[in-house]
Amino acid sequence: MSAESTLLYLDGVSVSFDGFKALNSLSLVMMPGEMRAIIGPNGAGKTTMMDVITGKTRPDTGTILFEGQTDLTRLREAAIANLGIGRKFQRPTVFEPHTVWDNLELALKAPRRPLKTLTYAISRDDRSRIEEILDITRLSPLRSRQAGSLSHGQKQWLEIGMLLAQDPKLLLVDEPVAGMTDAETEQTAELLCSIAGKHSVIVVEHDMSFVRALGVKVTVLAEGSVLAEGSLDSVSANAQVIDTYLGR
Amino acid sequence: MLLRFFLMGLDRKAGIVLTILAILAVAVPVMTLWVPADSPFHLSVFTVSLLGKYLCFALLALALDLVWGYCGILSLGHAAFFALGGYAMGMYLMRQIGPRGVYGNPELPDFMVFLNWTELPWYWWGFDQFWFAALMVLVVPGALAFAFGWFAFRSRVTGVYLSIITQALTFALLLAFFRNDMGFGGNNGLTDFKDILGYDIQADTTRVALFVATVAALALSYMIASGVIASKLGKVLVALRDAESRVRFMGYDTESYKLFAWSLSACMAGVAGALYVPQVGIINPSEFAPASSIEAVIWVAVGGRGTLAGGILGAVLVNMGKSYFTGALPELWLFALGGLFVAVTLFLPKGLLGLWGQLTAKLPRRNKASPLPNAQPANQTAGQKGA
Repeated sequence: MSAESTLLYLDGVSVSFDGFKALNSLSLVMMPGEMRAIIGPNGAGKTTMMDVITGKTRPDTGTILFEGQTDLTRLREAAIANLGIGRKFQRPTVFEPHTVWDNLELALKAPRRPLKTLTYAISRDDRSRIEEILDITRLSPLRSRQAGSLSHGQKQWLEIGMLLAQDPKLLLVDEPVAGMTDAETEQTAELLCSIAGKHSVIVVEHDMSFVRALGVKVTVLAEGSVLAEGSLDSVSANAQVIDTYLGR
Repeated sequence: MLLRFFLMGLDRKAGIVLTILAILAVAVPVMTLWVPADSPFHLSVFTVSLLGKYLCFALLALALDLVWGYCGILSLGHAAFFALGGYAMGMYLMRQIGPRGVYGNPELPDFMVFLNWTELPWYWWGFDQFWFAALMVLVVPGALAFAFGWFAFRSRVTGVYLSIITQALTFALLLAFFRNDMGFGGNNGLTDFKDILGYDIQADTTRVALFVATVAALALSYMIASGVIASKLGKVLVALRDAESRVRFMGYDTESYKLFAWSLSACMAGVAGALYVPQVGIINPSEFAPASSIEAVIWVAVGGRGTLAGGILGAVLVNMGKSYFTGALPELWLFALGGLFVAVTLFLPKGLLGLWGQLTAKLPRRNKASPLPNAQPANQTAGQKGA
């Protein structure tokens, strides 16, 4: 497949830490607007994959292209984020001393250079965009609460709201429903599905019922490379997958 | 735009600080120059200089709080920027002595004549002009901080390792300035100043004017710092203090943010040093001593880190304590200082202002119904910002 029409193109990416191959010639292609679930046992390289895409870890070998042309392996984290790649961590990290509103304002797509932020004044458009996200994430009544005082689920939602505000082309989401109640999990699945289409999303998740609720193409990672790809039903039927992951 | 920037930082706390400073700027000159000496309201010139010295330290503490309280950079070398600003001013004051030195050389300061130097080193050029010296007061600490920060922040040196290299920086400068052939007067430093801007530096009116200039510098720096903190840039700083990698993944180049705050802070420390030197009449390498930087950290911790006003309060209170103790019980001062730091760390992690905040927060909150009504006022402030 040619890399030009893809959003994200990983080819033969390898990373090793002290001899341990965290990623072993990993190849993965994401099309614009696509949503993908990544599953795999612990140590399969799911988080390392996110690290190499977002610039936190440099791959030893391999190609990572964004929109078919930008080489992500040469860029720093902030530059990659500014290309339009957002990332949500496993543990919700919101800015605790700031209010919900300020958290969203910081995340909102706007010039990121110091002198621009020093003289930044919120515009009518920016304000209505934040209002909109507060509504989507149901945090409207909590807008002036300190983010540190929110419940775990609310922090997850705020973080998803911050990613929406950032308006990335590609969104990497690491275990979004860890520690959520069933109702919150369901709402989160709905929310992610509503985001997909406008944005491409990669979701790493352990929770099978959540992956099923998303109803998207699944990639199974094991020992740093792709083991199987397809619908959840087809990969669950795959004998190799059952051996390495589901069978355990 | 500049006006909007200053207005943004004007909250109630800034109002209180600026009001107190304005009262000082009016009351102190009146009480010194016009109230008769036998009146109980008379202030001696000695007291004025002492107060001026405290406020210079307060400005240093404000600068330190900007980086420690808001960016999480614990600098153990901020006195280096203070001393560099002081040296820049000291060099101007040395050139103003002219032929009135002991050796009567119109061009060279006494210590250079003593070292048998025949001409002024290149780095002393221009310091006979006040505007040049004033510029250097900002440029030298600012440029050093920029270069230091550039390497340190790019290499992602953080936390205690960064603190240690800031300490090493000030120690290296201490050793360098002790050397006679550096051309800054060796361990005697620069002293015996005569004039500043053509006025006798010992005259009562000059001393009072220096005090007022210090108050003005402190007020202006407070407004700048407060405006920076209230801006979106300030919010990014607080965010990166607590979760730097998260801010990076949001697309902010955190290194340039830290570099901005760090260099701004160094310039403020330089101004503090420049105002300190004419009021105490000497600058020597002991200002670079690691202990001076650590003392500044204690002022901020005592007053309340991350509050701006706390640093000012802490610097003034601790130094008043120091003046009293070193007079009354000189051998106990260091124990008192150490004990104070331990006590504040253990019992007042947010300093005196934090204690005040806790007390005031407890009282009126009983009347408020639920946290929800708070949503309205915060929304209004968001609205005002855009106006």
